[in-house]
Order: sequence, then structure tokens, then C-alpha cells
Amino acid sequence: MSQVNTAPKPRRNVELLLLLLALTVGIGANMLVGVDQQKAFDSDFWFQSSLLAAASLAFHGVLRFRAKYADPVILPLVVALNGLGLAMIHRLDPPGGDTGNNQLRWTLIAMAVAIAVIWFLKDHRVLRRFTFISLAASAVLLVLPLIPGISAGEILGARVWIRIGPMTFQPGEIAKITLAIFFAGYLSSNRDLILLAGRKVGPLQFPRFKDLGPMIAAWLVSIGVLVFQSDLGSSVLFFGLFIVMIYVATSRISWVVIGMALFLGGGLIASQVFSHVGLRIDGWLNAFTDEVYGRQYGGSFQIVEGLFGMANGGLVGTGLGQGRPDLVPFANSDMIIASLGEELGLIGLFAVVLMYLLLFTRGFRAALGTRDAFGKLLACGLSFAVALQCFVVIGGVTRLIPLTGLTTPFLAAGGSSLLANWIIVGLLLMISHTARGPVDTTPLPPSAGSESTGIDTPTEAVKHA
Amino acid sequence: MNQAIRHSWVAAIAMFALIFGAISYVQVVGADELKDNPWNKRAILQTYCNDRGSIIVGGTPVAESVESNSETCKFQRTYTQPELYAGLTGYFSQNYGATGLEQSMGAELAGNSDQLFLDRVGQLFLGNQPKGASVELTIDPQIQQLAYSLIPDGQRGSIVVTNPKTGAILAMVSKPSYNPNLVATQDPTAESTNINELVKVPGINLNQNVSGPTGALLAPGSVFKLVDTAAALASGKYNKDSVLPNPAEMPFDGIQYKLPNYAGGNCYTRDTATFAFALQQSCNTPFASIALDLGRNAIADQAKKFGIGEDVGDQLKLGHAQGNVFPDNLDKPGLAQSAIGQKDVRVTPLQVNMMTNAIANGGVQMAPSLVKTLRSPDLRVIDEPQPAQLRTSTTPEIAKQITDWMTSVVTDGIAKGAAVPGVQVAGKTGTAELGNGTNNSWFTGFAPADNPKVSVTIVMEGVDIYAGAKLTSPNAKKIFEAVLNK
Repeated sequence: MSQVNTAPKPRRNVELLLLLLALTVGIGANMLVGVDQQKAFDSDFWFQSSLLAAASLAFHGVLRFRAKYADPVILPLVVALNGLGLAMIHRLDPPGGDTGNNQLRWTLIAMAVAIAVIWFLKDHRVLRRFTFISLAASAVLLVLPLIPGISAGEILGARVWIRIGPMTFQPGEIAKITLAIFFAGYLSSNRDLILLAGRKVGPLQFPRFKDLGPMIAAWLVSIGVLVFQSDLGSSVLFFGLFIVMIYVATSRISWVVIGMALFLGGGLIASQVFSHVGLRIDGWLNAFTDEVYGRQYGGSFQIVEGLFGMANGGLVGTGLGQGRPDLVPFANSDMIIASLGEELGLIGLFAVVLMYLLLFTRGFRAALGTRDAFGKLLACGLSFAVALQCFVVIGGVTRLIPLTGLTTPFLAAGGSSLLANWIIVGLLLMISHTARGPVDTTPLPPSAGSESTGIDTPTEAVKHA
Repeated sequence: MNQAIRHSWVAAIAMFALIFGAISYVQVVGADELKDNPWNKRAILQTYCNDRGSIIVGGTPVAESVESNSETCKFQRTYTQPELYAGLTGYFSQNYGATGLEQSMGAELAGNSDQLFLDRVGQLFLGNQPKGASVELTIDPQIQQLAYSLIPDGQRGSIVVTNPKTGAILAMVSKPSYNPNLVATQDPTAESTNINELVKVPGINLNQNVSGPTGALLAPGSVFKLVDTAAALASGKYNKDSVLPNPAEMPFDGIQYKLPNYAGGNCYTRDTATFAFALQQSCNTPFASIALDLGRNAIADQAKKFGIGEDVGDQLKLGHAQGNVFPDNLDKPGLAQSAIGQKDVRVTPLQVNMMTNAIANGGVQMAPSLVKTLRSPDLRVIDEPQPAQLRTSTTPEIAKQITDWMTSVVTDGIAKGAAVPGVQVAGKTGTAELGNGTNNSWFTGFAPADNPKVSVTIVMEGVDIYAGAKLTSPNAKKIFEAVLNK
């Protein structure tokens, strides 16, 4: 294992400085969007700005106490993205609209949950004990929207929401995390068996079925449920998560090849069998034909309007509050990238995408730095999931790939997505804390019913090719 | 394991490289194509609520942006004499785009034209509301009003009044007209209901390049004989004393069809005719024989020199039809019919007026112009287009000769109704049969013949002979008098 050994430094002051910068970006943007609409410095603005700043600084404070070696770049990046999202959602709010304040409410809840995760979990390795509980939780979360009574029914062609009181929630967002925990826990415990035992067929080594059974089952369940829920985006995301984690665990490229083949085959069948998948692909390929543009369901109106908005923004954008992103359906959620592209231009959107790039890069850095296989797999899986989610969303909006219903992390309006992504940030911060901190020699606190054998599986027992 | 993590990171970076490429394509490389897409309403929406410049006629705005008390829009485009000027202003609609001057002068009215650069810099520093330039028209409001009133309600027709020496348009009207305010409303439901009602009206001048004086492509009938006359004199085979064959009917080999002279006139009194007589009585067969003698190309070339078939939209700053020049591949009967402005010959009323102007102006055809000045928001003149020559359509001698003959058409011929006491008027009528018993009835002419100050072209569509005669020459007289008495 190639460890980069530098003297551990907390770098919390750097984080504070960057955090102030990030808040300037978010709050400054929120101010600018108001200027043109004569609602600058209104009560919403002060309310949103002060709460966002207070919550971010509180988060920073918690890191000083509980994870002082955590990566200093991650939190400022996420605060900047979340602040930009708030500003754009506030900007798109019609007079009397409340989406901005609702997004702020969810931001605060999500940050509080992320803080709680850091505060109470203390060490990410504890999660490994919940490997199979995570699997069960994933299954429950994914099945919830199909259960009558709690299901919010079919919204915009997908059955992925549940209703709790007045709120709707997308449990699949949380399932992304629990699945990653399960994959990480299972693979870190069984990677040696998966690697060593099994039959070799040609150049590909197949593991024993009983070693891989639970993995396949987990994957089939998630894909199956998603097909029934008509949520193509999450299906792609879970699949990507699955492939990358098994690849990292085994270092065998054959898994990627098999996975891609499975995925393309599945995609082909899905596009034939499920009308909503076929419509998505048709809306992507033939977006500029009259028939597809005018189609009421599964048409390309949304994506074409988004493209018009981005083209209108051009290189430097119309300026915040000066464009017409409101012409695009779902401008503050699914299409928020187009809204940002219109008003901030190519330069601004590049900056936003670069922030994502830095964010997942810091996540991968944590994966490289941490010493336990579970942490490596978890950090790598979660980071890759963020990157893949960005790719699927932005690629869909720019018509690089078919548009699917995934949310843009931290930017898009929506509580479940914010909550899930902030929890991911909490986990990445914790893993980076162990990665960057001094080597922790204290054993894990004892626990009953642990899945682990008590002895940590040697991380590098097998030399990779 | 770390190696695999690095590979995964590379895969993620590769995905982001694709994203950067896709964003660059949408926002820069392919942006112009997306902006030009007809579904894209952003350009107009971006400026819809701004304080646009006015369109001014005789010192009074006929289209202006007035402050609106709606929450979403600071200004509302308003047309003060909507029906009278609809054919010129067009409309400025949120969802249906712009037509007329609102479209062709859109950059200036919105304040985006290059001439307004310094004003825009000023706005940037002083924080003023963006305001567009105003467009002042060459239109004379009294003549415009008169011309509009001369087309009866319910009658389809166009009138063009110009100054032959400058090409300036003094009046340009057509009916049926409409109220552009109906389409410029901020209420999208009303807007779409209204436009869906309007497009059902036949001949309505919603789009200047498909209807009205610049867009309606009509059979010219006998006014086209001016082209034959000019072509004949230019060929050198004919002169002012030439004697033309004038049979009552012109037969063609192998078919039953015979091209007749106009039954009601005096053509039948002579077997041969001079140009003067043939034009005065508008006999058909002499001009058919000229065309058969000179051939298709000679007629078509002369028509082209008069600007027939030409899109003068750029000079005019208004949409104009892509007219078709004299048809190709004509058999003899076809050529004979085309020579008298029937069959597939099509012209716009403005093109007929421009042809008249070339004759009036000694053979020199001036570019038609509608914009007199362009004024900055503080009313400073920032552009004042000068009269421009379009081309030389014919020689001064031929122009003079045709003018003399056209004068005799008014004094001794079938355009007597256009005569103005004490003024020499030159004119030519035309009656193009539409095949359903009705005609397009034309008058085109100018006055005074020796020093033209005004030319008038009138066409009434789908009328019988008598209504056509009443609505053309006598109305031209009224316009001549109104302009010359100013």
C-alpha cells in the first residue's frame, strides 16, 4: 500500500477561512438574485443567510471537537454548493413562494443529522457492524414507496416517494448510503474469499456462488424494485455503485466488463419492455422533432427548454436574476443545472462542476489515505456515487445522455436528497479524519453481535496485479 | 486496492471531462443554433418587458411602451392607432414573436443596435433603465388615414403612396387590418385566443411578407403592359410611331383558345393600334404580339429591371415577399397571357408602385424607404437614411415617352377617373381576371406628370369590373389632390 506520509495537521483554520469564502459565495449569490427583482435584503434573505452561516460555523465547530483532522476542503465546498442552490431556489420562487425557506429548513435538518452522525458515530468503522442491518434497511427503504398507505403514489411517472404527514420523502436517497455501507462491509469481510476461491474460466475468475450470492441478491433487489418504481436514474446510480465497489475490492477489471455488459443488456431490455425508459431514450435522441417536443408525457420540452436557457447564458451568463430560467420546467430541482448555466454562464457552471470534481476528489483522497478496507470501500463508493450522480444529471440536462430523474447533489430543491448527501459528507469527513490523522492504535469499542470476527481483515493481504 | 481506487477516480474524472465538453457544446459551440431555433422564445422574452423605443409618425408615437402596473412586466407595448398602422408596425408578442417594424427594427427598438453603443455605456454607469431607440417613419399621417378610409371595410385591398424622387413611402395601407394590441397582451390565454381568431381572417396583414402591400402576390393584369412597352422601346424594333397589330382575337396554332381584347372598350374599333391607343384602351393583342415578337427573355429582363420579383425587404426595413419573376418555359399562348399580366405573373402592390416610380423618375428607380430617422432615447437623431438609387430601369427617353402615353391614358383613356383639374396625371389601370368572375382591379400612376411629386398604386382584390373602376382611379384622384394640396 502506498501511503502518503505527512505529519498530521488539523488545518481547521484553513477550513474556517475557506468556509467564510464559501458563505460569501452563497450569501452573495442570494443577495444578487434579489437585486433585480427588488427583493434584495428582504426578510427571506436575512433569515436564510444568517441561519446558513450559523449552521455552517456550528458544523465547523463540531469538526474542531470531534474530527479535527478531517479534510478542510470538503465542508466549504459543500456549503458553497448548498448556498448557491439556496440562492437559485430563492431566485426562482414566485412571489409568496416558499421553496427557498423549505430548502433552508431541510439544509438545517440535514446538517444537524450529519453533525449527529459525526458526534455519535465517532469512528466510521463502527458501521461495519451494521453490514446486514444495512442490507435489510436498504430493502425496506426501497420497498416503502410501493406499500399502499404510506406510498405517495405515482408522481411524475415514478413511484419513489412516501408521504409522512404533510411531507413527501424519497427513501431511495437514503438507500444509496445503506447500500454503500452493506457493499463495503460485505466486500471488506469477504474479498479474500471472493478473490481466491472460485473457478477460473478463461481469463476471468468467477467466485463461488455462495460468496457472491448476497451481493447479487442485493443488486437484483435494488434493480428490481427500481424497475417497478420506474426510476431509471437511481437504477443507474446503484448499478454504478455496485460495479465500482466490487472493482475496488477485487482490483479485477473483469468485473467492470461483466457489469457493463449486464448494464447495457439490461438497458436494452428495459427500453423495449418499459415504456417510460423507451420514452426517455426517444426524448433524448429525437428531442428536436415536433412530435417528441410536443408530447405531453415523456416529451423533450423540458430538456429542450433547458438547452435554450443554457445557450442563452452563453459564456458569461445573463447574470443572477437576469435570465429566464423560470421558463424551464422543474427549474429549481431537476433542471437547476440549466438555471445556473443560464445565469452564471459557461464560466460559472464550470466553477460549479469543478466544485463537485474537487469534492469527490477529496473523497477519493480520503479513501486512499484511510487504513481499513471498509473505510476505503465506503469512501470510494460514496465519492464515486456523488460523481456518477453529477454525471447522470448534468449529462442528462446537456443532452449527453438521456435525462433521468436524479437530483443534483446539494443544489436541487428537495429534502431527501439534501439529507442523504449531507450524511455522505459527514461520513466522508469522518473517514478523512482517520485518513489524515495520526495512526489510531486504539481498538474499536467492543460490541455485541458484531459481524466482524474481532480481528480486522488484513487490508493488503493480497497483492494486486 | 489503492490502485483500483485511483482507477475509479480516473473513471470519475473521465465522466466529468465529458460533462465539461457537453456544457461547452451547449453554451458556446452550439449556442447560436439553439438561439435561432424557432421554439426558442427567450430573445423576445428577454426584452418583452423593457422600455422599447417608439415608432413615430408625424411626431406622434403609433407604437410605444407605456409603464404597466403588472408585477411581472414593467412596460406594456401599446399601439395607439392599431388598425391604421398594423401593417407597418406589426406586433410585438410575448409568445408569437414580432412582425413588421417591431421585428425588422427590433435591435434598434430594443436598444441593442451598434449606433446606441454610447447610450448603453451611459446606462451602465448611470444605472438608467435600458431604453431603445425610436424609429420615425416617412409616413404622412393624413395621407395614411385617407388611404385607409378609401378601402371600404370588408374589401380586400392595398394602397401604396410614395415620393418617386426619393422612394419615401407616404402611406401604405391594406385591409383587412387588425388590432396588434390583441396579440401584444401580457395575458397568455387572451393572446393565444386572439391570434387563433386573427389567422382565420383571409388576407389579413399579420405577416408583411405574405400579405398586404409588400406580401400579397397578385396578378398585375394590364399594368404589366408598361413592362411590355418599355421592353419594346428598349429593343429598338419599336418606336413611338410604331403601328401594332390589334386583332379582336389572337389565335394560336393547334388549339382552340384565342386571346381576346377587352370586350367592353373601344379596342374593337381598329385592326391596328398605336402604343398610345393600345395603352389608352388597354388592348391586349398588341402587347401579346410584342411579347411573341421579342420573346420571353426580353419581357422578363425588363420586368426584372423594374424590380418585379425582387425582395426589397432590406431596403424597406419591412418583410417583403420573395416574388416570382416572369415565369419560365412558356408556350406561345402562355407567353401572350403572361405579357398582359395574367397566368402566373405575380407582383406585390409595392413592386407595381416601384415600377411606376422608375418611369416617373426618368428611368431611375429609388429604393423604397420607410424609416426617416432613428432617434436615441433623448430624441437625438442617430441615423438618417438618405435616398438611395436602386438601379436604372430604363432610359430617360423611354421613361419620358411612357409618361406621355400614361398621361393620355388619364386624359383620353380608361383612367379618366384619376384626372385632377389643373394637374397632369399619368396613370395606368389593370384588371386581372381571377377566373371566378371577379378581378383584381389596379390603378398605378403619378402626378404631376412633368415633375412627379407623388405616385399612387391601388389594388382592390376580388371585385367586379364596376366596383373595381369606382374604387381605383377616383380614389387615386383623391390621394393626388390631398398630397399636391399640402
